[in-house]
Amino acid sequence: MIIYGTAILAACHLLGVYIGDLLGSLIGVKANVGGVGIAMMLLISARVYLHKRGLMPDTTEAGVGFWAAMYIPVVVAMAAQQNVVAALKGGPVALISAIGAVLLCACTIALINRTGPKRQDSAWQTGTVAEES
Amino acid sequence: MEMIEHAIRENSLVGAFAFVGLIMWISVHLSRKLTFGRVHGSAIAIVIGLALAYWGGIQTGGSKGLADLKLFAGIGLMGGAMMRDFAIVATAFEVQVDEAKKAGLVGVMALLLGTIIPFIVGASVAWSMGYTDAVAMTTIGAGAVTYIVGPVTGAAIGASSDLMALAIATGLIKAIMVMVFTPVAARFMGLDNPRSAMVFGGLAGTVSGVSAGLAATDRRLVPYGALVATFHTGLGCLMGPSVLFLATKAIVG
Repeated sequence: MIIYGTAILAACHLLGVYIGDLLGSLIGVKANVGGVGIAMMLLISARVYLHKRGLMPDTTEAGVGFWAAMYIPVVVAMAAQQNVVAALKGGPVALISAIGAVLLCACTIALINRTGPKRQDSAWQTGTVAEES
Repeated sequence: MEMIEHAIRENSLVGAFAFVGLIMWISVHLSRKLTFGRVHGSAIAIVIGLALAYWGGIQTGGSKGLADLKLFAGIGLMGGAMMRDFAIVATAFEVQVDEAKKAGLVGVMALLLGTIIPFIVGASVAWSMGYTDAVAMTTIGAGAVTYIVGPVTGAAIGASSDLMALAIATGLIKAIMVMVFTPVAARFMGLDNPRSAMVFGGLAGTVSGVSAGLAATDRRLVPYGALVATFHTGLGCLMGPSVLFLATKAIVG
């Protein structure tokens, strides 16, 4: 059943956020520490585990796949509710710091990625919902 | 007309699905007809979203862009943190475990650099513009990390609300720039494989910027970048009021 997939996804999400909150309070930070990242790792392990035991029929996968495919529309909705007006009102300090940070980070990313190992491995390109080009 | 409005208000989330679907449809067509597929449809959709957010903010004076208009309240739910994180977690389903493991260490390094570099830039700019005390420099520097780290750090070290607003603005501009310019600079940054996406996720910071930027570049890279980027805010909130504040204080007194 399709809801099984969505339920597994929801359970991983909630558990991840819970662990993130727990981590945050353990190290005394008023924020969630990597909750979503932890949830992602839980989901990856759940997928690997269930796949090995043959407990992951296509319909169950579809229950997660739908939400993964909804990702871009959700991001568009997220963009539509950013506080763009406040961002533009920040003045020169905000503008220059942001531009400087972005430029320097972009150069650092380019530097790391260009010095990294060259690989022709393309296994990652065959994702489950990536076909929708 | 009034009845349609009523129907949308009563079913705000469903209305948002229809509205975002329309934006996507328009964007994909603009991408094909106007740019011959050179600019990704999702990139255009995100820019349209940001433009609508600006328009909504001007119309209502609120802080949630288009979602402050009653007719578009569903956008707030659809694009809110809950749905955003749910969809991001779902993308993890496509992660190739080996790829992610291979880049684990470089991802952690990118995370650290992604916190320290923006902080130094933000704090230096603040200093050169006359914010010379450690609290102001730290708050603005933290804002350059992400727009959540800024106010959290500011609150912890006792910054004024003006400073926190400035820090939030800094983080917002950064997030918006990452959203818009990632597809443009993708080639320069070498953004074409999982490892590079993880480096990007660590260095570019802000889940919203990274997720939208990667979505507009190559949808398949999203989970790798997001996996790292979600630790960004936590790490920033950890380092901002502690190590980074103390370091700043040691330097400027």
